Amino acid sequence: MGLLNRLRPEFWNGAAEGGPYRSLFNYRRLWRLSVVLLAAVCLTPLCIMTVIDFGVTKRALTQENLHRTTITTTNTRRTLSYFLDERLAALNFAARSEVYDSLAKPERLASLLKDLKAAFGGFMDLGVIDASGRQIAYVGPYDLLGIDYSSQEWFKSTVDAGHFISDVYLGFRNVPHMVISVRADLPDGGFFVLRAAVDTQRINDILANLDLSGSGDAFLVNHDGVLQTVSRSHGSVFERLSLPVPPHADRSEVYESATAEGGLIIGYAYIERTPLILMVVKRQAELMKPWYAMRLDLVGFLGVSICIILVVILGVATYMVEKIFVADQTRAKTLQQMEHTNRMATIGRLAAGVAHEINNPLAIINEKAGLVKDLVLYGQEMPTPERLSALVDSILASVERAGTITKRLLTFARHQDVHIEPVSLAKAAEEVLSFLTKEAEYRRIQVDVEAATDLPSVESDRGKLQQILLNLVNNAFQAMDDGGHLILRVFTPSPETVAVSVADNGCGIPAADVKRIFEPFFSTKKKKGGTGLGLSITYGLVQELGGTLTVESELGHGATFTVTFPLVKGETGEHSVRG
Amino acid sequence: MNILFVDDESELVSALAERLNLRGIKADYATDGETAAEKVRANAYDLAVLDMKMPGLSGLDLKKKLQRLRPGMRFIFMTGHGSEEDFRAGSSEAAGYLVKPVRIEDLLAAINQALAAGQG
Repeated sequence: MGLLNRLRPEFWNGAAEGGPYRSLFNYRRLWRLSVVLLAAVCLTPLCIMTVIDFGVTKRALTQENLHRTTITTTNTRRTLSYFLDERLAALNFAARSEVYDSLAKPERLASLLKDLKAAFGGFMDLGVIDASGRQIAYVGPYDLLGIDYSSQEWFKSTVDAGHFISDVYLGFRNVPHMVISVRADLPDGGFFVLRAAVDTQRINDILANLDLSGSGDAFLVNHDGVLQTVSRSHGSVFERLSLPVPPHADRSEVYESATAEGGLIIGYAYIERTPLILMVVKRQAELMKPWYAMRLDLVGFLGVSICIILVVILGVATYMVEKIFVADQTRAKTLQQMEHTNRMATIGRLAAGVAHEINNPLAIINEKAGLVKDLVLYGQEMPTPERLSALVDSILASVERAGTITKRLLTFARHQDVHIEPVSLAKAAEEVLSFLTKEAEYRRIQVDVEAATDLPSVESDRGKLQQILLNLVNNAFQAMDDGGHLILRVFTPSPETVAVSVADNGCGIPAADVKRIFEPFFSTKKKKGGTGLGLSITYGLVQELGGTLTVESELGHGATFTVTFPLVKGETGEHSVRG
Repeated sequence: MNILFVDDESELVSALAERLNLRGIKADYATDGETAAEKVRANAYDLAVLDMKMPGLSGLDLKKKLQRLRPGMRFIFMTGHGSEEDFRAGSSEAAGYLVKPVRIEDLLAAINQALAAGQG
């Protein structure tokens, strides 16, 4: 908490000084707003760009993986097709080049098998089957001579199509193998079938030697989904594949599949003329590893960037708001001082007027007392008691007159501290006007006060109220030529408010200036020594007392300033008068 | 020596006139411009003591008016205000300028000085 308090900027707890002028802004709100806006402006594009980049890279990498899987699948299919086609072609060539009778001889057949093994490899045995389906010759590790294949599917297919490649099966020998057979026609219109068993080990080797990234797996399945070769993670030979059998396609296809262990990229191809389907399966998680690493970097970079940006934003926002706060504080203090200066100037101005007013009764006292002395010194006879009494009465009356004036000034000057009490606006107006009666008299300014008798009092500060009214009346006096007319009205515009209006028939305010007259340092009397602060201070004072100050004016026809104060609810004289 | 006091404070000017009378100086008073003008027309005053501020009429205006009626007349201004403007106007426009309240000796001295300057 201690650190937090030390970090907390000065503006956080608002202004301590500056009186009524302190709350120009809500600094916490300003600070929060700046931080949120700056953060939104800076971080949103950054995050959006990161997300876009994230997606683009991921898509590119996925596409790349799909593409590579397609290429692998195509190449492997080609290799496997070639492997099987080659053996089919070799068998075809043997069947056509050899005479049926010679093939039926075991020695010739054995020599052919030896040649095929040497030239191509993968051949396990060789058999010749006549048109009735009986094996009439056989060379190989098993005793299969004389077996009748006429009911076997492969035999029928070979007879119909001219050739046949089987899927992988165990057969009589209990070793995974596949059968390739061709039909050869005889000159007499008959035919025979040359049949070879091919070891699937070679195919397993081809598939095992594939360079597959990402825990890749390549294997063959038949159209029923039974595994034909060894697979690394999808079961062993003759087990049923856990993945669905892909639909038939003429070309290599690739698709993405989601499983319980994660996403898979599956490439497949139907191998022509065989019941085999090549499948290449790769794990997406493995393939995406580089991307995951990059993703971590990206997120890390984003996090660090966001942290730095936030720190900078917080710093900048705090610095700026603090600067505004300090400037505002200075302004508030200056205005407060100005208000005080204005009050002092008002009192000074009043004092000058009051001095004049006091000097008159003083002069009378002076002359009356002097006359008494003169009557005694230079008079032919002693003055009568009646004469002396009249002179002394006159002196006493003048003393009283002077006393009234000084007391009035004191009531104005005394109210320095804010002291809220019920104040009668009409009475305050009369007090203020009493300062100016002499000036009004000299300048032949007619002053009328219109106030209803049953006006409610407002809870306010008498001193500030007097200052407001004095400023307004003084302003009106300055706006008028000699012989003007000032009307001061106290009225209730609505049941909740009470207002004082000061209307003069002076020079008025140009429409362009009306909006600006309450601004500090705006003055139309600068050449005559106006500071441009009177009305702005008056405005500040009215605000401080919770009221509003409005002006209506017509150039050349005078101006009316109206101060409106709200009546405090439930005001029934509960508040005692303390001043 | 014949002197006229003009001020809206009748108690002041009446007492001043009486005090001068007691000293053997002929003095009269008026409390507004109209009466002052009438008196100036009727009597040959040597000097007038004018208040600078009277309701509806300034001492300077009254001085001009009275001077037209009797060009040889001297003037002394008397003011309760003592402002810079009054002082400047009073010093340049009249033979004397006094701030209320005035000691009778000062007033007499000012009157004598003004009249002496006028004769010389």
